[in-house]
Parts: sequence; structure tokens; C-alpha cells
Amino acid sequence: MFRIDFNKLRFLICDDNPHMRRILRTLLHSFGAREAYEAEDGATALEMYSHYVPDIVITDWSMPIFDGLELAQMIRQPESKGNPYAPIIMLTGHSEKRRVTVARDAGVTEFLAKPISAKGLYQRILNVVANPRPFIKTKTYFGPDRRRNTNNAYIGPERRVGGEVEVMQQPSLLDKARSSV
Amino acid sequence: MAKEKPGRLEVQSFADHHVITQPNPLRKVLLRVPESDLDDPVARAEKALAGLSGEFKNWMTIEADRLSAAHAAILHEGFTDDNREELFRAAHDIKGDAATFGFASAGVAAESLCRIIEHAPELDKVPANLIAHHINAIQAIVRERTKLDTNVMAPALSRQLRGIADEFLAYANRDRPEHLEAILAPSIIPAE
Repeated sequence: MFRIDFNKLRFLICDDNPHMRRILRTLLHSFGAREAYEAEDGATALEMYSHYVPDIVITDWSMPIFDGLELAQMIRQPESKGNPYAPIIMLTGHSEKRRVTVARDAGVTEFLAKPISAKGLYQRILNVVANPRPFIKTKTYFGPDRRRNTNNAYIGPERRVGGEVEVMQQPSLLDKARSSV
Repeated sequence: MAKEKPGRLEVQSFADHHVITQPNPLRKVLLRVPESDLDDPVARAEKALAGLSGEFKNWMTIEADRLSAAHAAILHEGFTDDNREELFRAAHDIKGDAATFGFASAGVAAESLCRIIEHAPELDKVPANLIAHHINAIQAIVRERTKLDTNVMAPALSRQLRGIADEFLAYANRDRPEHLEAILAPSIIPAE
């Protein structure tokens, strides 16, 4: 049986809602974490990400300035000086399947729909610690492998044929955020 | 842990993509413990969460008041990008928080309101009462929680509002298939 030594993990929590930040802090501290930094918007979170170099990011989706999706895309810049590989757990009130797909395509590692539970959060953290996925870099995507299962029978348009292509159309939110600054 | 340098990356290149693998930088935090180990971090966290529960009613009241304030601004100014965004954020926060705080029915009503804001073709044309009833219901569920009938009334009220909102949205989006599909798609959260 495996257990996580939370004591050695550094978290970055990003949520604009102070009550949810308090809940998350309480859960992480109860798990045994000592280092949990908090940001209330995406811009502050990005700054703290560079400064504190967290092991795991837990972010809300809907936030002011720029949201959790844009935060994920800014972290997942393969040429950036920071660490583009940190696991990102998106904790959100959005509960539609299409949102999961959009989050996945932004490079989010795990998706956790609210209402939050201690068990749900623990399982996501355990998964990113114990089962990290390789990263995939294409012209339009950089992030954890979006395929969790090997399905050789799949012949759809997103198939990497012969070790070749995986094309997902995705507008650049990074450019959008840059232009609005 | 965070100060440890990342392991050496192994990159496999293919025609149109690269597969990048690095030794698991977090492997050192994974401890093997005997099956007999009785420490249960999840139970510990649940207990800590229960310890916060004395504050939940107050937090929920703050969230419901934020929603009412956003609605009041809309009644005063009409819909603007800013007040629409604030109404959505306030409702969305309640949707996400309410069940954790013990007000699951308020979360259902808030989700219904979020769907109206997200999918109504023109918010100005949404019947004013439909939005007001959602907000009043959330306020009533939060403030009248101690009454004996709340356990029955609150879920029934929220379900009814959701039914009316869905009917409105299905009609209003009858010529917008992409919205109709999103409205009719099931939630990834199991029903209560």
C-alpha cells in the first residue's frame, strides 16, 4: 500500500472564492501538507508559480483577470523558463462533459468537479504523484498525454497514425490574454 | 521537494509529435506502508472539514447576498457585460460550494440560473421573474434552513425551477443546435 508524504509537497491553490480556498487549505493541511500558497486570480497564480515553483497546482476554472484554463495554457509553454510539467488539477463548478474536454486540451492533468470531497481530492493527488503520464508535444498541443487507454482499434481523425499526427484545434488563449494586457 | 532539479527528459520524436518522458519528480513522496497502517488521511480531512461546518451557514449567506447584490445591479442598470459576469460568477460559486456547505438544493437552483445566463440567446428577453425566482429560492433555502419543512420543500422548489428553466432554454434555443446539445447533455456529476 502506498501513501503520499504530503509534508514534502508544495501546492499552489488558485481560486477567487475565499471560502473554497479555506476548504482546500484545510483539506491539504489535514492530509499533512505544510506548504500551500494561495492566489485569488490567474495572474497572481502565474506569478506565484514562477516564484514558488510548486509541485502541484490546484486551480479553479472561472476566475477574474484570466481564468484557470488560461493559467494552464500559460504554464504549459514548452519553451518557458519555468517548469511546464507540473501537474495541474482543475477543481471547478463546471460539470459538463465538454468542459472536461476543453480542460484536457489546455493541458490540465486531472479534472475534479465540485462539490469537493476529501476523497476526490486525495485520489487526484495520488494519481498525479503515482501515475504521471508522458507529455506530448505537437504543433497545437503541449501537455500530458490525453490518451489514458491504448485503443488500437480507433481510426478517427485524432488518431496518431503511424506515430504521426494528433491534431486538436484549439484557439490560443495565451495570445488573447497577451493582447488584453 | 520543489527545489529538486527535474530529472533528465527522454524525448521520442515522431513525424508530427514528440513524446516527452521524465523520471517522476514526485516519486520520493510516495511511501510504501504496511496494509496494517491505520492512518487515514481522508478520514482526517473529513473530520477537519466537519470542524469548519459551524461557519458554513455564514459563508452561504455571504454568497447568497453577493448573488442578490449582482441581481440588484442588473435591475438598476440593465444587463451589462460586467454585471452579467458578476451574476454568473456568484451563481457559479454557489453551484460549486453549496453542497459542501450543506445546502445542496441551493446548488441545484444556482446551476439552473447559470444555465440560463450561459445559454439564453438574449438575457434581456429572459422573463424577469424567472431570474428573480431563482435568486429568491436560493435566499429562502439558505435563510430558512432551520425550518422543518425545508428538507422537502427545498429540493422540490429547486427541481421545479430547473424544469421551468430547461423548458424555456429548450424553446429559446430551438434554432441553435450547439446550445441545445449542451443544454440536453447530462452532467458528469451523478444525480442526488
